[in-house]
Amino acid sequence: MSAPVLFSRGRLIDPRHGVDGVRDVLVRDGQVAQVSEAPLTVQGAQVVDARGRWVLPGFIDLHVHLREPGEEGKETILTGSRSAVAGGFTGVVAMPNTKLVNDSALVTELVLSRARAANLCRVYPAGAITKGLKGEELAEMGELISAGCVCITDDGRPVMNAALMRRALQYATLFDIPVMVHEEDLTLSGKGAMTEGPTATRLGLLPIPPSAEVAMVARDLILLEETRGRLHIAHLSCEGSVRLVREAKKRGLRVTAEVTPHHFTIDDTAVGQYDTHAKMNPPLRLRRDVESLREALADGTIDAIATDHAPHGVLDKQVEFEKGINGVVGLETALGLTLALVHEGVLSPSRAVELLSAGPAKAFGLPGGHLAPGAPADVVLVDPEAEWAVDAERFFSKSRNTPFHGRLLKGRVTQTWVGGRLVFEDGQIKESRS
Amino acid sequence: MRHLLGIEGWRREELETLLDRAEAHLPGGSARSPVLQGKVVANLFFEDSTRTRTSFEMAAKTLGAEVLNWTAQGSSVSKGETLLDTARNIEATGPAAIVIRHRSSGAPHLVAQHVRCAVINAGDGTHEHPSQALLDAFTLRRHWGKLEGRTVLIIGDILHSRVARSNLLCLKALGARVVMCGPPTLLPVGLEEMGAEVTTKLDAALPEADAVMCLRLQLERQTESFFPSTREFSRLFGLTPARAERMKAGALVMHPGPINRGVELAPAVADGARSVILEQVANGVAVRRAILEVCT
Ligand SMILES: [Zn+2]
Repeated sequence: MSAPVLFSRGRLIDPRHGVDGVRDVLVRDGQVAQVSEAPLTVQGAQVVDARGRWVLPGFIDLHVHLREPGEEGKETILTGSRSAVAGGFTGVVAMPNTKLVNDSALVTELVLSRARAANLCRVYPAGAITKGLKGEELAEMGELISAGCVCITDDGRPVMNAALMRRALQYATLFDIPVMVHEEDLTLSGKGAMTEGPTATRLGLLPIPPSAEVAMVARDLILLEETRGRLHIAHLSCEGSVRLVREAKKRGLRVTAEVTPHHFTIDDTAVGQYDTHAKMNPPLRLRRDVESLREALADGTIDAIATDHAPHGVLDKQVEFEKGINGVVGLETALGLTLALVHEGVLSPSRAVELLSAGPAKAFGLPGGHLAPGAPADVVLVDPEAEWAVDAERFFSKSRNTPFHGRLLKGRVTQTWVGGRLVFEDGQIKESRS
Repeated sequence: MRHLLGIEGWRREELETLLDRAEAHLPGGSARSPVLQGKVVANLFFEDSTRTRTSFEMAAKTLGAEVLNWTAQGSSVSKGETLLDTARNIEATGPAAIVIRHRSSGAPHLVAQHVRCAVINAGDGTHEHPSQALLDAFTLRRHWGKLEGRTVLIIGDILHSRVARSNLLCLKALGARVVMCGPPTLLPVGLEEMGAEVTTKLDAALPEADAVMCLRLQLERQTESFFPSTREFSRLFGLTPARAERMKAGALVMHPGPINRGVELAPAVADGARSVILEQVANGVAVRRAILEVCT
């Protein structure tokens, strides 16, 4: 057994337990052993001087694309795990739309074994709702869950068939797992390339109306009410959806929702002159949508900040805008962009941390997300004053597709611990391949 | 060297200067001819357009340039070559300008970021068609002297029209008032932010217009249900002889061509006394010579 670790005199922010103050946190055998207001002295402990640092529960990203198996040129479970821990994420949920779709235990086991080999963050596979993501027949949900999947989703695609979606929600109640949905009515989004609005009109890009998302959110909330299942809405992007989720929660439906840093930070004008780095699905929305997402993050309507980390190669982006592949990488910029909301007074530090840790843990019933005794010792140390400029060339991710290259951010991860083991420190990954 | 990626980004004085130059390029004008002697102009047409391509070709040749015509048909594009590969290969032949027509909005912008010669947009997707807007403005200016205080009514499929966008920007920059009219399904949101007035009531808008510009209606929009039928479209938004009666005395009729006769424009109106459609075509070469001159 390794020596106990004592995080000494840092500002512990643990929203789940209402803690925000200077504490000593003692970690033993991969778990939090003690949290103390008074300074602790522990024989033989490795002391981490956390003065001036925030000590936070490790972040959990409910929505990442690790691209393995199938598109290892864009990312692998190893490089994605490095990117995660560099961004303070100790757990990530890996989407099933890989080039061998995760719709069977075989693929789930492959993902889990690669994650074990990488041995950095916790990787939670998500299984497909439908076989091959084709939207036609349910995948074997029971098999997927017993192999280790934590939710099911056809992310990247909606389940257009309402009857099938209804059955997915019903059937999933057997396992009490969330059904995660990418809300898009394809007949409404059509050939659209960006959100409807003045920028699309100016650029002559066919518009995607907000109803493409909102109508599907409405449909699925109606199905949820009938089925009494669990619904998790991925990458919520517009005002209308926020309103529906807020209202559904008030009525006690089991719905959770996530918002990405890009959707709460930039609006459609970021497309500028056809910048494919600002091309994603759902598309960047209008300023008023951004404002409504920020409100929803603050007031509890939104449960989690998730990155929708979507690595792509240069050639996928260096093309005509309409042809450009959707998506941005997000793991290494998420904290800085979230803290920008704190600096702007939109979120309290505690609420920001909750959205990155306790919120996602609760939404999916995952371990972690808090630092009380007995919790896994997934710990992030953040220097809240560190100012830095995003440099895509220095990402640990294999891909560089970000609209935030060059952006100045304040607040940076200095250490990441997973299960009591230091995996990232001051810009360096601490590999220990198993 | 400068690019003409759209009317967007050009200031009023620059547009005026360009139109003044075009004046000199009209038959009997004062322009020196072979200013592009020994240079190459590459026509890169990923989408058919005999009209625009021929007009640019004539403009380049009469300035003394050699013209390299490249079309997507039967080319390496069908074998998966990307737009940038094609553009870089063309650039390697050392042209003074690349004239590009492409189905995707923004394609010329992408090319311009990766080549060193001038890039001239000959129509990109549903974005802009600046040379068309310049020749339209030029045609109007020849009739009116200046555009200040005049009202131009643009009718039809604004959503999918690069001609409409470029004309809006160009006419506004030159001081005209622009009204856009069409079925609500073909009016994108945010036209007002670009400076247009928007209406769906053609009969009310017609008497105010000093010029009416009908856009070409792509007939496949009917199958996409942007409107129920071409018959209904022409009943509600077609410039029929009866409607033309209600126009101001001396008001002009324009069309970027090719016309769907009897759909957006009745034959009698297209060929009537108000029509300046053939002047538009004739002015096209002079305007494009001015563009090549200013950009190279
Ligand atoms: Zn996704």
